[in-house]
Amino acid sequence: MKTVVCIKQVLQLGDEVEFTDDGLDVDPDYLDPALNEWDSFATEEALQLRERLGGEVVLVTCGSKASEAALRRCLAMGADRAIRIEGVDRDPFSVARALAEVVSAENADLVLCGVQSSDAVQAATGTALAELLDLPRAAVVTKVDYDAGARTAVVDRELEGGLVDRVEIDTPAVLTIQTGINEPRYANLRAIKQAEQVEIDVRNAAGGGAPAYRVRKMFVPDRGEGAEMIDGSPAEIAARIASIVKERLV
Amino acid sequence: MSVLVVAEHLRGQIRDVTRELITAGRELGPVTVAVIAQDPGSLVDAVNIDGVTEIVTVTIGAGEFENDTYQAAVEALIADRKPRVTLLGFTVNSMGYGPAAAVKLGLGFASDVHGIALEGDAVVATRSFYGSKVNAELEFPGAEGVMLLLRPTVWSPAEGVGDASVAALEVVAAPSRARHREVVEATTSSDVDITQADFLLSIGRGIGDKENVEMFQELAAKMGATLSVSRPLVDAGWMPSSRQVGQSGKTVKPSVYLAFGISGAVQHLAGMKASGTIIAINTDPEAAIFNVAQYGAKADLFDVAEELEKLY
Ligand SMILES: Cc1cc2nc3c(=O)[nH]c(=O)nc-3n(C[C@H](O)[C@H](O)[C@H](O)COP(=O)(O)OP(=O)(O)OC[C@H]3O[C@@H](n4cnc5c(N)ncnc54)[C@H](O)[C@@H]3O)c2cc1C
Repeated sequence: MKTVVCIKQVLQLGDEVEFTDDGLDVDPDYLDPALNEWDSFATEEALQLRERLGGEVVLVTCGSKASEAALRRCLAMGADRAIRIEGVDRDPFSVARALAEVVSAENADLVLCGVQSSDAVQAATGTALAELLDLPRAAVVTKVDYDAGARTAVVDRELEGGLVDRVEIDTPAVLTIQTGINEPRYANLRAIKQAEQVEIDVRNAAGGGAPAYRVRKMFVPDRGEGAEMIDGSPAEIAARIASIVKERLV
Repeated sequence: MSVLVVAEHLRGQIRDVTRELITAGRELGPVTVAVIAQDPGSLVDAVNIDGVTEIVTVTIGAGEFENDTYQAAVEALIADRKPRVTLLGFTVNSMGYGPAAAVKLGLGFASDVHGIALEGDAVVATRSFYGSKVNAELEFPGAEGVMLLLRPTVWSPAEGVGDASVAALEVVAAPSRARHREVVEATTSSDVDITQADFLLSIGRGIGDKENVEMFQELAAKMGATLSVSRPLVDAGWMPSSRQVGQSGKTVKPSVYLAFGISGAVQHLAGMKASGTIIAINTDPEAAIFNVAQYGAKADLFDVAEELEKLY
């Protein structure tokens, strides 16, 4: 049983923002890196499959050297090895193409991605990757019922409003994993230390192919009226909230 | 500019997002609506709306959505009608086939789009990045067509009866590799129905710890509010899913929605932005929830909760 998990180091913006000189992205100084929340669930799902069925969990990411921190977090959770692909544009099609090249050579039984990344919310990479690999796929998966050597799996897809679409899917397949599917484990200190020592296999993207889009401008949106901000001490804020609530609940 | 809208339906009902797509589409040009279903004829009337010039039906074998079938149908529709813009909802179903069709056909692509502009013959899409704190304008140079997945509830649902022509397109699809089996209802519990509450006190990941849930339960009770939550609290098993507000939870519209430590992710806002008065408390003054709130406070939620407690 081999599972490939595609992960991303996301970038979180605090309460201040400056843009790069070309105006096409946020200045990296204002961004804090983190492992994409969805990917910790995807990694956990792969680890649970391995615990049950044996085999290997392989991580792949696209990103600079700094994004190895995200790989090492998943290695510390228990993944076996990690591949990082350099020099990939950030749009979902460029990422999917770079991933496809590496993932196809792995001949995995399952490929897991997060549903989306929290910094871009595109929900596109996993599905595009499945197309490029010519594999069946299911998006927004909350349950995986899979047996080693089986030709099919049964998965639950979570629809809007909490409805569930139960699907029988041929394998190998690409699944995009939704939060809540499991309880991602915490890595212990020893595992974190060990993960620091793991050699990460670095590849270069072949490139080529059109991007999904090109960013021509990034900016802070006009908030319109926005919220009226209540100033003051916590007591003053609470008093004002209480009076608004009273006024609105006739 | 020719526009193809792909209708979305579940259990024999056209979903609201379809009418929103028609609104967005008819601002760009003549709209063709594709109805892909086992019995598309039964859904045609629901999409025959002012601004729709043509409805194309594609008959498929499956009773519900299957991503391979939809992908084959949409690819055939695009090859046949050659729309400049194809509009899908940014929904769970679209996530399963939209990006696949677009990357295969070499279309420009963007999802969670909340603004579209035409500049001459070029489409410019606006979407957000980094926790909805910044917007970006996207262009699609060189692409013959563009596929956009539009954020639900941004465009108002199109109204008015249309006089669209109806045509059928025959699509021969390979057998589905992911086959629909059944739709399972969300597990119902005997818990309260948050959609009926007039005053919701809603807590998010900002509360930090499971131990803190109880304190907000008590505060809600004191204030006469019903407690609701954002998704991470349900994922973590701290609260039942019946209390979850948002796209995959409940859509609520109370008179007052008082949010503690909720950032305002799209999928959360989808479920509560129509509330009467939204009040949000967050330590991050740039949190996206302040974009939809009428009142906000940049403050530690525990400090404010403690003071509120004293007032009730
Ligand atoms: C298909 C799909 C469906 C989804 N459906 C839903 C859904 O139905 N409902 C839903 O909620 N989400 C849903 N999500 C998840 C959504 O994308 C977000 O991950 C989620 O809404 C984030 O919840 P949050 O705001 O509580 O947490 P976070 O985004 O982590 O925000 C926590 C906030 O608390 C603030 N904070 C922290 N400490 C304090 C403090 N001491 N005082 C004050 N403020 C503090 C922080 O500044 C931050 O803004 C869905 C996602 C997908 C992909």
